[in-house]
Amino acid sequence: MSSLLASNFRKILGVAFAILLLTYLSYASLIFGVIDTSWQTAIDAYTNFNGSNEHIVIKEVRVPRVLNALTVGFCLGLAGTLLQSLTRNPVADVELFGLNAGASLFVVFAVTFVGISSLTQFTWISFLGAAVAGLIVYLLGSFGRDGLSPVKLVLAGAAITALASSIRHGMMVLNEKATDEVLFWLAGSVGGRKLEYLATVFPYMIIAWIAAFVLARPIQTLLMGDDVAKGLGQRTLLVKFSVGIVIVLLSGCAVAVAGPIGFVGLVTPHLARYLVGIDTRWVLLYSGLLGSILLLLADIGARYIAMPAEVPIGVMTALIGIPFFIYVARKGLDK
Amino acid sequence: MKDYLSLRIGKRFSSFQLHKKTIWFSLLALLIVIAVAIVSLGMGEMKIAPLDVLKVLLGIGSEENALIVEQFRLPRIVIAILVGAALAVAGAIMQGLVRNPLASPDVLGVSGGASVFAVGFLILFETASIKWLPPIAFLGATLTTFLLYALSWKKGVTPLRLVMIGVGIKIAAGAIVTMLIMFSPFLLQNKALLWLTGSIYGVDWNDVFMILPWVIGLILVAGLLARRVNIQQLGDDLATSLGSSLQLDRFFLLMICAALTGTAVSVGGDISFVALLAPHIAKQLIGPSFGGAMTLSAFLGAIIVLLADLIARMAFSPIEVPVGVFTSAIGAPFFIYLLYKNRNR
Repeated sequence: MSSLLASNFRKILGVAFAILLLTYLSYASLIFGVIDTSWQTAIDAYTNFNGSNEHIVIKEVRVPRVLNALTVGFCLGLAGTLLQSLTRNPVADVELFGLNAGASLFVVFAVTFVGISSLTQFTWISFLGAAVAGLIVYLLGSFGRDGLSPVKLVLAGAAITALASSIRHGMMVLNEKATDEVLFWLAGSVGGRKLEYLATVFPYMIIAWIAAFVLARPIQTLLMGDDVAKGLGQRTLLVKFSVGIVIVLLSGCAVAVAGPIGFVGLVTPHLARYLVGIDTRWVLLYSGLLGSILLLLADIGARYIAMPAEVPIGVMTALIGIPFFIYVARKGLDK
Repeated sequence: MKDYLSLRIGKRFSSFQLHKKTIWFSLLALLIVIAVAIVSLGMGEMKIAPLDVLKVLLGIGSEENALIVEQFRLPRIVIAILVGAALAVAGAIMQGLVRNPLASPDVLGVSGGASVFAVGFLILFETASIKWLPPIAFLGATLTTFLLYALSWKKGVTPLRLVMIGVGIKIAAGAIVTMLIMFSPFLLQNKALLWLTGSIYGVDWNDVFMILPWVIGLILVAGLLARRVNIQQLGDDLATSLGSSLQLDRFFLLMICAALTGTAVSVGGDISFVALLAPHIAKQLIGPSFGGAMTLSAFLGAIIVLLADLIARMAFSPIEVPVGVFTSAIGAPFFIYLLYKNRNR
């Protein structure tokens, strides 16, 4: 399979370029917005803080926002790649498969009925929600003679999403106070989150990132088919299970920080494979970087479309992702 | 053929056979609709006994009861019946055309498209008369249907591709509605939010008269076209060889389906899974012949929305939960069951 960046040298060059682009976008995201600032102000905010509006905006709003977008985008990109490899399905995504809806339902339930407020609990509950929803969708999708099929997975995901969001909606109507607490979170945004959220979740993120790259080789083998992988001496069930755990960690982290954001993980693996071919390690890296780029771009766009109000970033990524989804669904399901 | 009753209008125009079972089930369903409606009319902040409700409906009730029943509760009940029937018939047509048990206007995003247009209309033309809402929602449903069909077309339309792309369109429509709400003035936001889950809260007689002619007219037309749906259900090859003008019929039927969906959405928003549930139950009870299945599913759709609305009003009174929450709470597990049942297809 030919790819755009065939040699390792070019691939490394590509990574360097992606990092450069990320730096520029982070810069843009720091500076532009309802209050336009300058690079100088941004540096001053840390070296020379004087309590002015610009400085507060930079410190409290913009910097967390950039860091959130970078990390969450990376998580979503990785999660998408792993999910597409695990289900051998071109249209896999955390939103489509109901992981986001499951996490949202569990969080709203916990806030409404159990009254949790600690960030750590919040994180664990969204892990649990994503895991439960993901497991149900995976099981539903693998019933039947022909095993896992994209259509069954997508439909199961749609059904689980519908079920989870209707129950969640009902709970929110019943408890208005809790609604206020979670509504901002449900909209899906990388803005308006304090750095504490990210700090709480960051250790898990790191673990999940490392685990994803460690699993890259076994996944590569698994992609050749269960029988081949078994023949090569792989314990496929163990690999699949670990990949599942990593996916849940990644999407749970992303949801805990930024709320439900979909379709980043649908788009980036395809772009990554287009760029670097089928080597899972490179695809993972590129997909993660592209995820960060996409999320930063979507976040900057979300500020400008309805200025001074902001469009939820989940809406932006859905609008970018759906045409892509339709393209892939048309192209890739005939085999 | 003693068990069948044949109805025929003109020689070539329209005809269908009704099994006796169909007639009995339909009558039974109609009775349940009436019973649930009467019970539901009596429920609320002020409880009124079913007998008193009946008296009011016959024009001999007390004035106080009459005010509550006729002005406040009856419009909502009538809307529930109309919306339920419209959605159910739309779903029955869709399932006949697509020949896939998982297809329904809301799963395929047609309701979502109608919502986009309805919300857009409310926000962009604040001063415009609300009576334009059904045609606008109809327009949205129609355009979405076209889009869905065009995007799914690749040397013909396979049901599976249709369903996949429909799911995508549904999500996109949800995103656009959220976006539109962001742009809308605060007062409209609550109203617009209802479109996302579906609710028939706060409807009045104007709404009833707005959609009544559409629902009745469209269901009648669908009934007249019943035998064409039956032919479509046989599959493309057989239908063509039976002399059916396949594509033309399909086009008309899709239009009717879109119009019914749009009408329902224009007052009720995106009430999910009714269009999926009702036709399935009907077919389980009396078989797939469209004329009967359509009639029975219209009644069943009315029952589902009536009951869901009753629960939505009463379960956590005085707080009202949107009716769409309950229809999806029942409908989604059913959908999963269907998915499981059809796993080997």
